[in-house]
Amino acid sequence: MADIRNNFVGIKSPNPFWLASAPPTDKAYNVERAFQAGWGGVVWKTLGEEGPPVVNVNGPRYGAIWGADRRLLGLNNIELITDRDLYVNLREMKEVKKKWPDRAIVASIMVPCEEDAWKAILPLVEETEVDGIELNFGCPHGMSERGMGSAVGQVPEYIEMVVRWCKQYSRMPVITKLTPNITDIRYPARAAKRGGTDAVSLINTISSIVSVNLDTFSPNPSINGKGSHGGYCGPAVKPIALNMVAEIARDPETYGLPISGIGGVTTWRDAAEFLALGAGNVQVCTAAMTYGFKIVQEMITGLSDWMDAKGHRSLDDICGRAVGNVTDWQYLNLNYVTKAKIDQDLCIKCGRCHIACEDTSHQAITSVVNGVRHFEVMEDECVGCNLCVNVCPVENCITMEALGAGELDKRTGKTVDPQYANWTTHPNNPAAAPVAAE
Amino acid sequence: MDRLGSGIQADRLSPEQYAVNFSDLHPRLDKHEALVAADRCYFCYDAPCMTACPTAIDIPLFIRQISTGNPLGAAKTIFDQNILGGMCARVCPTETLCEQACVRNTAEDRPVEIGKLQRYSTDIAMETNRQFYQRAASTGRRVAVVGAGPAGLACAHRLSMHGHSVIVFDAREKVGGLNEYGIATYKATENFAQREVDYVTAIGGIEIRNGQVLGRDFTLADLTAEFDAVFLGIGLAGVNGLGIEGEELNGVEDAVQFIAALRQAKDKSEVPVGRRVVVLGGGMTAIDAAIQAKLLGAEEVTICYRRGKESMNASGYEQDLAASNGVIIRHWLAPKRILGKDGAVAGIELGYTKAENGKLVGTGETGIIAADQVMKAIGQTFATSGLGSLRIEAGRVFTDAEGRTSVEGIWAGGDCVGRGEDLTVTAVAQGRDAAESINRQLAAGAQPAAAVA
Repeated sequence: MADIRNNFVGIKSPNPFWLASAPPTDKAYNVERAFQAGWGGVVWKTLGEEGPPVVNVNGPRYGAIWGADRRLLGLNNIELITDRDLYVNLREMKEVKKKWPDRAIVASIMVPCEEDAWKAILPLVEETEVDGIELNFGCPHGMSERGMGSAVGQVPEYIEMVVRWCKQYSRMPVITKLTPNITDIRYPARAAKRGGTDAVSLINTISSIVSVNLDTFSPNPSINGKGSHGGYCGPAVKPIALNMVAEIARDPETYGLPISGIGGVTTWRDAAEFLALGAGNVQVCTAAMTYGFKIVQEMITGLSDWMDAKGHRSLDDICGRAVGNVTDWQYLNLNYVTKAKIDQDLCIKCGRCHIACEDTSHQAITSVVNGVRHFEVMEDECVGCNLCVNVCPVENCITMEALGAGELDKRTGKTVDPQYANWTTHPNNPAAAPVAAE
Repeated sequence: MDRLGSGIQADRLSPEQYAVNFSDLHPRLDKHEALVAADRCYFCYDAPCMTACPTAIDIPLFIRQISTGNPLGAAKTIFDQNILGGMCARVCPTETLCEQACVRNTAEDRPVEIGKLQRYSTDIAMETNRQFYQRAASTGRRVAVVGAGPAGLACAHRLSMHGHSVIVFDAREKVGGLNEYGIATYKATENFAQREVDYVTAIGGIEIRNGQVLGRDFTLADLTAEFDAVFLGIGLAGVNGLGIEGEELNGVEDAVQFIAALRQAKDKSEVPVGRRVVVLGGGMTAIDAAIQAKLLGAEEVTICYRRGKESMNASGYEQDLAASNGVIIRHWLAPKRILGKDGAVAGIELGYTKAENGKLVGTGETGIIAADQVMKAIGQTFATSGLGSLRIEAGRVFTDAEGRTSVEGIWAGGDCVGRGEDLTVTAVAQGRDAAESINRQLAAGAQPAAAVA
């Protein structure tokens, strides 16, 4: 049996599946249900400063996009940080941590960007004996208008400053949660590192308008006919999150900085991909909000079974394994030549590969051969783009086959060069260096 | 009520049972079901389903329109090609047409439910009486359409769209042809055929004259003299006979008559049926008659077909439907004589058959099935009376691919012509195409001489 115990910046949990700071972790009742279901840890819903708590809208907070059969693909929310009293939250956190010592509890915090505000709340949180803090520099709606959340996360200097305060006034591990609503995620990550953060977590939600009601012309969710942008999450954002995690994982300035991966994790497979791209654990929200806490059982068994099947003994065996394979475009091997191949036994003759290629790509797939409906790749036209593979409704019907060294590429009329060669040395590149750099 | 009374009797079931038995065979999909079903469509390139449809409905497009919440747009896509798309959604043997061609069959042996999706969208359009077509400015041309069945109605609608005035002559009391008289009751409930006629003729410019029989009330010559063009959609008026002993006995009837009478009966409990019924034939008519005999309360219904299962014209789906309703289908049995008692049917003697070098021969063995009703469903024939010099080929009106007969100014389509299968959807296609051909010809004739010179 694979060992999936997790040690993230010294915070231990029985598995790498944490619930992200969000509605599912707003109070002891939910968190205890999550722990009963098997979740390894939670980041408690974000605490604000002492005083009257924030208020939420009293109309709808969520909007969604769906696939057919209303499978939820993306969720959008305009909920704010916890609207419960600070001391109620702190008391419950302390009680739950005492009751569940083997599970991770991290306090998410968002207070104004003033030293005194952070100085005031940190000891209160420390007193609960939770395992660490996460700085919410991510929420893109509501709180950002008040100079918090993503308003901080979008200014690297503020991130560095606040992280420094937290390290100064607390001995708890600090996880800095980043907003994706920024051009280059490496800058805030570098700033957090400069401030002394123990880890970063990402992504928070993406600014979004999820849909427009075409009868009322109000954005959804509609509050009395008006809408405001929300934060987008769920399966739809996973590719964006994976890239941002990888960018930080392979950036020389932040290399080795622990990352808690967040963004559309729905299955064990998603989690394994985050881990492979450099995350030390993952945080989940939308999947739990869609299906309930029980989904963690699928994640735990799925990850463990896959690790067993592949001979991975612990999370260390898989974390970061894909990072070295993420590179810049200019270093991709231009002598790697592939051609699409259609398995005629699997082909159901829908013709989508043909029309996609014919209308929008390279006119490299037949529709009729000898008067019969037949879809076949014309190797002399195929650039190996993979579009046909992606639009084919039958798994493994179309595959990309790499040409071996010395084989003829019928499109270019050249034989495949066994040597690696990239854009940096390509004759068409005006800035080409004489020798390939890898 | 006497469920097991012998002989041919009405009122075999409770009123509730009649209502259940003759309710809609496939209730319409609700919106969510339609969205889920629509999502299964792959939007194929040069879609095989579309090629398989005799009216060439753009099926991937209408399904995509359903999936994006535009059922009215979907309905228009259907009606553009097939104005009787509502009835076709109910009666088409989709399992041998569009759904057979669906690539999902290759993928998973379960096609997209094209027929049900077609019904979903056309029902919505028809229930809200959403009309998509307007008559073009009147051309002053008049066209006679003989027969108000699917071919005639499709032809009339398309002619009216082009601005021609159409007079439809029909022999029966009600319009619709086989849609009204020849379809199993549970396939077109709630007076659908008449509602569809109203929907189609709402375009205007179509006058219908009922009770007008060709050869009795008017001749083809009358029509060619009075109208600019004539379309014949007269179907198959004759029924094949058995030519065996006992055919004249009480209790022997044509399945098409039985089906028509049942369709017209307001109260199904008043329709008499035998306790033991034998249906002779292997096509859709045999199946429709047999199932409905069973639904009327017959205790035992047996279809006897003189060849094997693979030769039956009824689709596999229809055969299964019969079996699931308790109908027994027996193959390789040919009728020899009908046995009577006191002038009424008492049974039928059948001879076992086999195929020998492709020819059907009797084995010499015979058997008797007790029956008090025998229905003949061994094919309909074309009645050629009143057609003058019109060329007849293989027992049907000869036409070219556009529907032109051998006589200038006369077109024909539907079951009365020898092209394509005898299906509602084929009739619609032929009626529509003949209308286009008529329109082309009338338009050509209308051009001023200067344009030609």
